[in-house]
Order: sequence, then structure tokens, then C-alpha cells
Amino acid sequence: MPGLKKSRRYDPPIVTGVPASGGRRKPKAVYFFGTCLVDLFYPGAGLSAIQLLQREGVRVVFPRGQTCCGQPAFNSGYREEARSVAAAQIRLFSGTLPVVVPSGSCAGMIRRHYRELFAGDPLEAEAEDFASRVVELTQFLCGVLDVPLVDRGERIRVAWHGSCHALREAGVEDEPLRLLAQLSNVEVAPLSRERECCGFGGTFAVRHPEISAAMVEDKAEAVSATGADVVLSGDAGCLLNIGGRLEAKGATVRTAHVAEFLWERTRER
Amino acid sequence: MAKRAAAFADPVEWRDLRALGAAIRARSLTRLPELLEQLEERCRENGIAVHWAETADEANAAVLAILELHGAKRVVKGKSMVSEEMHLNDYLERHGIESLESDLGEYIIQLDGETPSHIIMPAIHKNRGQIARLFGQKIRDAEYTEDVDALTAIARRVLRRKFFEAEAGVSGVNFAVAETGTLCLVENEGNGRMSTHVPPVHIALMGIEKVVERLEDVPPLYSLLTRSATAQPITTYFNMITGPRSAGEKDGPREVHLVILDNGRSRTFADRELSATLRCIRCGACMNHCPVYTRVGGHAYEAVYPGPIGKLVTPQSEGVGRRHDLLEASSLCGACGEVCPVGIPIPELIVRLRAEAVGEGSGSEVRGAGEGRHALEAAAWKMWSAVHRSPGLYRAATLAASRLGRWMPGSLPVLSAWTKVRTTPRPARRTLHELADEKGIPDA
Repeated sequence: MPGLKKSRRYDPPIVTGVPASGGRRKPKAVYFFGTCLVDLFYPGAGLSAIQLLQREGVRVVFPRGQTCCGQPAFNSGYREEARSVAAAQIRLFSGTLPVVVPSGSCAGMIRRHYRELFAGDPLEAEAEDFASRVVELTQFLCGVLDVPLVDRGERIRVAWHGSCHALREAGVEDEPLRLLAQLSNVEVAPLSRERECCGFGGTFAVRHPEISAAMVEDKAEAVSATGADVVLSGDAGCLLNIGGRLEAKGATVRTAHVAEFLWERTRER
Repeated sequence: MAKRAAAFADPVEWRDLRALGAAIRARSLTRLPELLEQLEERCRENGIAVHWAETADEANAAVLAILELHGAKRVVKGKSMVSEEMHLNDYLERHGIESLESDLGEYIIQLDGETPSHIIMPAIHKNRGQIARLFGQKIRDAEYTEDVDALTAIARRVLRRKFFEAEAGVSGVNFAVAETGTLCLVENEGNGRMSTHVPPVHIALMGIEKVVERLEDVPPLYSLLTRSATAQPITTYFNMITGPRSAGEKDGPREVHLVILDNGRSRTFADRELSATLRCIRCGACMNHCPVYTRVGGHAYEAVYPGPIGKLVTPQSEGVGRRHDLLEASSLCGACGEVCPVGIPIPELIVRLRAEAVGEGSGSEVRGAGEGRHALEAAAWKMWSAVHRSPGLYRAATLAASRLGRWMPGSLPVLSAWTKVRTTPRPARRTLHELADEKGIPDA
């Protein structure tokens, strides 16, 4: 259809990331759900995300009792174990604040699967309410806050890996690329087969290591072929996987979480 | 993949057509028992004999009985995945009946004693050289050639003769229309028409899920099928079979039989979520887009139906514990669910079956439920859960990991599977919880 922007996203329909409480006005405060992988492996990305939000005048609340969304157990079939961990987060993040998550995978887990996980449970209503307030970081920065970004970094070439769950579960479309497009010295190099899985898949990587290895090798090759200085993603799992393979190959291309990259490029020194 | 994407270039049209296809299939399944009865009635009125089979054995026996009645010793077959479920060729061979595949891909793998590695392109795992050698060795009077057109001509020459010699033809069914008793067959090679039209007896095989309510349900499904499968707007042949040759007609079979097979489908049908498995129109798009299938190939699944849809079908029929391996062989990337033309939530159903396998699902009716649970693994998840629902334990565990994790040897079990091709993941020196404390980020 001429004149219409072609959507990169396919059905099934995915909730837009904007929480009801966000609306047109920018929220004054948000919860930040850091996720377990960011907590342990990319805390700098978590802090960067918090600082990006604070710079826009948003009060960021980081409940210290938070742990994990429960996805590892849920995806392995251990629903009882996933539910008890998820329940702890639901109780902790009560109220009406939007919940910003620096991961498409964890945001997708909560938004798409908590309803099913808590069907018939006493916490069902709270779970649905929590899920409806969850929004992935780049969706929030771009869609809700509409952040202006001023690039203060040197010229750099980057590759963007949109994670499977960001694309297909959290409904992240071109928000990360729109944020990157604001950075005048950043060139985004096209990545071949960019929508293809990197082979992480949580426990999949260790349960079927040969298949996972073949997948991450192809992804690492595609990244190397872009000639990028750094490969960015909004998901820590993909970064651990792709970065681990690139490092093992002795490739010079670095990996970084998009939150950390955006903050480091734009913060006043 | 690129061709399929081009075939569905308009995202709005794709969304609408897919929603329509999903709705048609879902509606047909909701009314499955009555539609099957209606189909049987209409078929009988059209002169098609209907045979019901609960198991593959019963279906084989039904086919054999028809063939024996006519003293048929040579059968020519169109492509049918249901016949693969039945292992019909082996069965007929054991009863002294030659059963020859006439779809080119199926013919190739039958010559080599193999099974299909893809539901649409059964010989996708073979290259031109392999086929040239195979034809040179196995087909009498075939001159060795690597020319694709010449190879096709050789197969055509063999098959043409077989079509005229066969005493019966066997085919699958893509859609069976309940309101008219019409059997629709989608194909590209004309072998389907020859198999169903030339021999005096035609036996069609279908799973119970293939029925649709109305004739007008067919065009959207047909369009979704051909575009998803081969990116064709339409196939070379589309057959609508409504009965045997009637008086005064010069061609067509004297008898048409329809064998309707359950083979575990009614068990799937009974589950509110899993019944979506039965919406499948066997287009193969999930395979073509699966990063696992495209790397391991169809035979690695050791099942009739490979790929993502096979990960739903096979564990449900063989047992979720027994085929836990299939359920685990997915990164849950979602590419299959994204391209499925009838909106089967394949990744979600894989996760559901994983839960059934370890005994934490909701349907005790699932075959082998709980049989994939291992004490050690279950204990590990219990421990994981205890740590992650207790802020104190979690804090202690992440502190320990951030202090000690970087000295973790990559040779540890589980971790070694990761470090074979990757560096050892190194936790940061301080957790985000610590950084938040340090920066005074409010806790509430």
C-alpha cells in the first residue's frame, strides 16, 4: 500500500509497549526491573538505563527485593517453580507505576506468559495488572518518553541484533534503530539474516550444544562480515552468547547492551 | 524464505488472510465430530466408500482389504503424509503388493530406501549428483546423466508406464469439504491426478482433522498453503474429487474409497490448547524458517513429521517423556509461530508440552505426562526457585557469583557445553543491586 510505512512485524498481534498509565503524558516515576542476567553480567547496562530515564526527569524506583521473571524455569516446563518466583516479583512491583525492563525477552515473558502462568491462581488479577504495566526499555525511551539524544562520541560503525523475543514477544519494532538514528556519528551496518536466532535459547544452548554452536557461529560470522566495531542488542542472553563466540574466535568486534551504548555516547562528561 | 516473504509482501493482506485461515480451521475443529459425520454422508451420496480407522494398523488393514478384493498387486501412490504415518509402503510390500511413489521427490527417496526429510520437499536432502548416481544404479536402461531435465524425463518414463499398469491408486487429501463431500488434492506434477484418475480404484487417505465445513472455506486455505509452502500463487494442479466415474463418463476410477485415520488425533483434539496442533495444513513453512531444522535436516528428528510442527505432533503421539529430546531441541525463537499460516502458537505449545513432560502441565491426558521428569533436574529447579523467591538468598548468591564467578573453570559440567565454542561467561565485579545502592537509587 503506497504511502503506508511497511511494518517489520508480523502477527499474531502484539501489545504495543505503551502501558495504560503512560498515556500521552510522560510518567513522573517508573519501576525498574533489572533482570537477573543484567544484574550479574551487565550491571553497567542496568545503571545506564536508569540514568537515561533519570535524565528525562523520571524518578526511577529499583525495588531491592527483585530477582528474576521466572522465564528459565517456565521455558523448561517447571511451572510451579516459575510461578513462585514470578509471584514474588508481582507482589514487589505493586501499585500503578510502569515497569521498565532492559530486555525484550523478560518483558515478553511477563507480558505474554504471566496470564497463562497464573490462570486460576489467586494472584491472577495482580499478575495481569503487572503484565500490563511492563514495557521494554527502548519502547519506553522511544515511544513513551520520546527521548532526544545528542551524540558526543567518535565515529563508529555498529551492527544491531534484534533479539527473537524482543521482535516476536515484546513487540519491539524499530524503536532501537530510531534511537540509534539520532546519534550523528553512529552508522548502523546491515546485518544479514538479522531476524534469525543467535542460538542462545536459555537452556537450549547447553542441552543441544552442537546446534546452538552452529547457530551462534553463523551469527558471529554475519556480525564480523558487517565490519562493525561493536554489535548491540537489547538482550543480555544474546550478548553473552554472541560475545562469547566472538571472543573465542579472537574477533575484534565488541558487544554492548544498547542501554549502555546510548548512555555512554550521550552523557555529559 | 525470501520467496515466501515476497508472496506475502502486503502485511495487511497477510494478517487478514492468516486470521481468516486460522478462523476457518478453528471453526472446523470446533465442529469436528459433526463435520466428519456430514462428510461421510455426503461422500456416500457421491459414491465414495468411507472407512474409519482408529490406528495406523486399522487403516493399513482397510487399504489391504480393498486391494485384495480387486486382486490388486500394483499400486501407484500420490504424496501422502498420512501414508507415512501408516508406513503403508512397507506394509503392502510385506503383503506382496508393489506400492510405487509417483511424486518425484517421494520416488527418489523410495528408490534409495529412505523416508521423507521434509513434508513438502521429501528429497530436499539430496543433491543432483546423488540423484544422478541413484538413477544410474537403480533404474534399468537409465543412462547416467546429471542434467535435471533428463533425470526428470527418466522418472517420468518409468512412472507413465506404472500409472497404466497399476490396479489401484492411493492419494492423500489436503481438504475434505463436509457440505459437498469433495476431496481436494493440491499438487504440481500431475502425478496426483494420474494416481487418482487412471487406475480403476482410488483410495484416498486423510487424518480426521482435514475436514472443512464449506466449499468457500477452501480458497483462502489453498492460497495460504501454496504461498507458504512454495511461494506459488497457485499450484499447477488442483484436484476436486467428488466420486467415481459415473455412467456415460469416459474416464475416472470405477471405485473411490476414503480412509479416515485418527491415530491419536482425537486425544489432541480433546485438549483445549493442544487442539490447535490440528489446524496444521502441512505447508512446511515452519521447517523452512526454523534455525534448528535448516541445520540438522529432517531425518535427525527420527519421526514422520520433522521440524517445529513435528515437535508438537511426535511427542503427543509417542509420549512427551520419550520424545523430550524433540521438545528440548528448540531455542524458542518463535520464527515458526510467526510464519504459520493458520496461527498455531507452536513455541507456546512446545513450552506447554515441556511442562507436561516434567509433570507440571495441566493435562494429565497427554501421553507420557511426567515421564520426562528427572529427580536431579527437578531438585535443581526447586533450589533455583528457592533462591530466586528469597531476596536475601538471591542477594547472597549473586554476591558470591560476582566475587567468585570469574574464577569458575569452564570445564564444569553444563558450563563445558557452553565453553566449547565460547569464552566462559564472567559475572561483573559488582551487581546492579550494589550499583543501585551506591548511587542511592530509591528502593520504593
